[in-house]
Amino acid sequence: MSHLEIYVSEYSRYVITLLIILYTYESFAVFRYAKEEQRKGIYARQCFLMFAFHFSCFVTICFETGDITYLFFYAFQQIMLYAFTVLYRMLYPKSNRLVSNNMSMLLCIGFVILTRLDMTKAIKQFIIVTGSLAIALVIPFFVHKFKLLKKMKWIYALAGVAALGIVMILGQTTYGSKLSYSIAGITFQPSEFVKILFVFYIASSLHEESGFFEVFTTAVVAAAHVISLVISKDLGSALIFFITYVLMVFVATRNYLYVLAGAVGGSGAAYVAFQVFRHVQVRVQAWRDPWSVIDSDGFQITQSLFAISSGGWFGLGLYKGTPGSIPFVETDFIFSAIAEELGILAAISLILICVSTFLMVMAIASGTRDKFYQLIAFGLGVTYIFQVFLTIGGGTKFIPLTGVTLPFISYGGSSILTTIVMFAVVQGLQIIRREEEEALELALKKRRMKKRRLQKQTQGNQKLSRSASQLNDLKHRNDLAGDEIEDEE
Amino acid sequence: MKTKNKKDGLRPPKNKEILIVAWCFVLLFAGMSGYITHYCATHRQELINNSYNGRQQMLIAQNRRGRILSAKGEVLAQTIEDEEGNEKREYPYQNLFSHVVGYATNGRMGVEAQANYYLINSNAPLSQKAGLELAGEKYPGDDVYTTLDVNLQQVASTALGVYQGAILVTEPDTGKILAMVSKPDFNPEEIAAIWEDLIADEDSSILLNRATQGLYPPGSTFKIMTALEYIRENPDSYSGYSYSCTGALTRGQDRIQCYHGTVHGGVNFTTSFAKSCNTSFANMGFTLNRVSFGDTLEGLLFGQELPVAFQSNISRVDMSADTADSEMMQISIGQGTTSITPLLLNMITCAIANDGVLMEPYVVDHIENSAGNSVKAFSSSSYGKLMEPEEAQILKSLMEDVVEEGTASRLKGLSYTAAGKTGSAEYGTVKGDSHAWFTGFAPVDEPRICVTIIIEGAGAGGDYAVPIAKRIFDAYFQEVAE
Repeated sequence: MSHLEIYVSEYSRYVITLLIILYTYESFAVFRYAKEEQRKGIYARQCFLMFAFHFSCFVTICFETGDITYLFFYAFQQIMLYAFTVLYRMLYPKSNRLVSNNMSMLLCIGFVILTRLDMTKAIKQFIIVTGSLAIALVIPFFVHKFKLLKKMKWIYALAGVAALGIVMILGQTTYGSKLSYSIAGITFQPSEFVKILFVFYIASSLHEESGFFEVFTTAVVAAAHVISLVISKDLGSALIFFITYVLMVFVATRNYLYVLAGAVGGSGAAYVAFQVFRHVQVRVQAWRDPWSVIDSDGFQITQSLFAISSGGWFGLGLYKGTPGSIPFVETDFIFSAIAEELGILAAISLILICVSTFLMVMAIASGTRDKFYQLIAFGLGVTYIFQVFLTIGGGTKFIPLTGVTLPFISYGGSSILTTIVMFAVVQGLQIIRREEEEALELALKKRRMKKRRLQKQTQGNQKLSRSASQLNDLKHRNDLAGDEIEDEE
Repeated sequence: MKTKNKKDGLRPPKNKEILIVAWCFVLLFAGMSGYITHYCATHRQELINNSYNGRQQMLIAQNRRGRILSAKGEVLAQTIEDEEGNEKREYPYQNLFSHVVGYATNGRMGVEAQANYYLINSNAPLSQKAGLELAGEKYPGDDVYTTLDVNLQQVASTALGVYQGAILVTEPDTGKILAMVSKPDFNPEEIAAIWEDLIADEDSSILLNRATQGLYPPGSTFKIMTALEYIRENPDSYSGYSYSCTGALTRGQDRIQCYHGTVHGGVNFTTSFAKSCNTSFANMGFTLNRVSFGDTLEGLLFGQELPVAFQSNISRVDMSADTADSEMMQISIGQGTTSITPLLLNMITCAIANDGVLMEPYVVDHIENSAGNSVKAFSSSSYGKLMEPEEAQILKSLMEDVVEEGTASRLKGLSYTAAGKTGSAEYGTVKGDSHAWFTGFAPVDEPRICVTIIIEGAGAGGDYAVPIAKRIFDAYFQEVAE
């Protein structure tokens, strides 16, 4: 046993790294093809690689702990993810499989690292994920069919501001920030759910008209969201709302001036926040030189840097590191734990999987004709990727720490549920987009047929009544006319 | 997903803005990934050595600390286990390598600190690890091979004897440190036992590595810098310089004397240097441009962190545009507030010997795993030019004359040729108390070894430091001949 154990733990690092790198490669190879049908082979390979990665990790966990029961937990996860995938494909054959594959892959990584860090939390996470995925099964249908979504802008705004306002006034303070409140023993972190409402609000306000008046109104509502988050000291969420708002306005208005205004206003606000709030100063100081405050404010970030740097390319191997020394490792610093035990290559692959998901959402957005749905896809994509940027950048000292979770991977009910719902909405949009596309194909087909019919008619007439030279002449003119028609379109 | 360019009127209009935002995020993430990879690759060791990093303890528990060896493979430090399984760090040469190899209990110092990362990691072959795992034993840590030469270290240490001071022996063309002695020394095996006393005694400087951290007045060895600046400012006329030495020179309240009040009479540039005439150098100092002298000194690494992997101190000269003549007089002959580490003086000497190019001094040569396979090799690397080759050549011949007809004549007429500069640096308030300096190299034509010596409170460099240099040169060339 001993012998085998040492070889397994030594070589499994390379196998796991290789599998995740191959998976990442496939998740970019997808973009070579325009149609989902052409990507079938890639998706199949992704599923296999995901399965192999997940399985190898749990085998390693069993070897390292000497406890075979982890395999049962693995089996539950595998069955749950498989069931979800099969059901989803049955219910929504038009959904985007890259998004759902990446989502499953990220959930797998999350399960593996959480199991290693804290089994109790991993089981809780498993239950939350199962519940969230069940909800995710109905959401695309809802988004697809419920046309009233476009009209409810004031409901979104009021619900969002109210939810954040309640936290601001009554919320429980966790480690200096007011983030959550409890109802019937379950703790909610509303800033997570409100992200979705906020994107819906901006999209419903700007999809028809996006003149100065509309932008101004949304700016007031956006400011209400951001300010109440800043007062609750939830700086990470405040930043996410702000960036999402500015970029959505940019895409809706196509006006660069709003980006400029956002940049100037954002910098000004950041400067004021730095001057006024001590907790902002502390964060900035801990970012600029964490070593000088290693005992206090710099402790988290330096421990995180220790973890990331000790892994090397292939990581120390599961259970070989000490990620437990980082406070909040399973929420804000889960990336550091992954880098330590699975290695830098795996960690960078993880980043790339997130980027691939984001790019697919952007592709869905830019391919959607209906501006409302386009803005929602874009807004949700930006919310997602910016949060990934904040948490990874913060944990690696690339930017100051803001304390947000890594979507799909970090432990946390509200975070998981929100992200899964977010991507279910995106799937709904993808279905809408594909229906638009099909309708378009149909319309084009009809038009082509009509044209051909017309051409045949004229040609028939020509044969009857004109000589060959005249025919040539006419053909030429006809071509020109055809061009003109196309130009008009 | 490519948007089709076909204009059919039903396709969504291409949204350039979405594309721009997507690309911005792609760039942002590319930057961040690059940063993370770079940070980890460059900071790994530094971070593992941080005392707040708990991962170090994990490695120590898993691996037995590796050995430290000399260039030829003699063991300088190793960890052994007694019958009860207690680990003990053993230093076979006791006091001999106390500062350079250092200690690993009660904190860390020397190579033990610098190469800690390698010593606590194990790259032992998997088969060996598996066997040890089965036997319930620790893995052997990796071995650190140094550039040190036991024989030269022994000769240098013996030559310094009971004096306090430091000796540094290096190779000018590679930067390898062959010997590094600092006295008073200690036995690293007993560090835990004497620790309390060392901490209690605030005046004790036993733990200070004088070779790299000791800051001394450079005395006449500083004339190397003054001469270099004089050459730079008078490239055509320096060889025609002459001065009449009366044994003393006065500027306002300040008065300097030649060593022991010697009157050198008429001197030129070469003899001023060879005989180490203080008044002549003070006289040169008056004419020098303070700002460009300051730049020259900065170029010689005064006031800067030295490019070495171990702990060192920063040497200082107070020089600015408004430095008064009375101060210039002191600075030009290496007295006053100027301070230098033996390490920096050795590096400057090496650069002169190596045509102006400084090779970064290093003591850790390569790392091997327990099976003798190389894990990592450190090659010598050039820091860059400290001076032009022509300048180095001029200084070299000045230093050669110090041996031929000056203060280091005890190195004359041997089987090898040598060049160098002596110094007798006055310190404290009592007149005549001085540290004996020598820095030099041999052979002159193709320098292979460079020696820097300081003996605290011994007296004249020519009388005390030069004979030690001779013993080291002798030992080196004898070793080479064998």
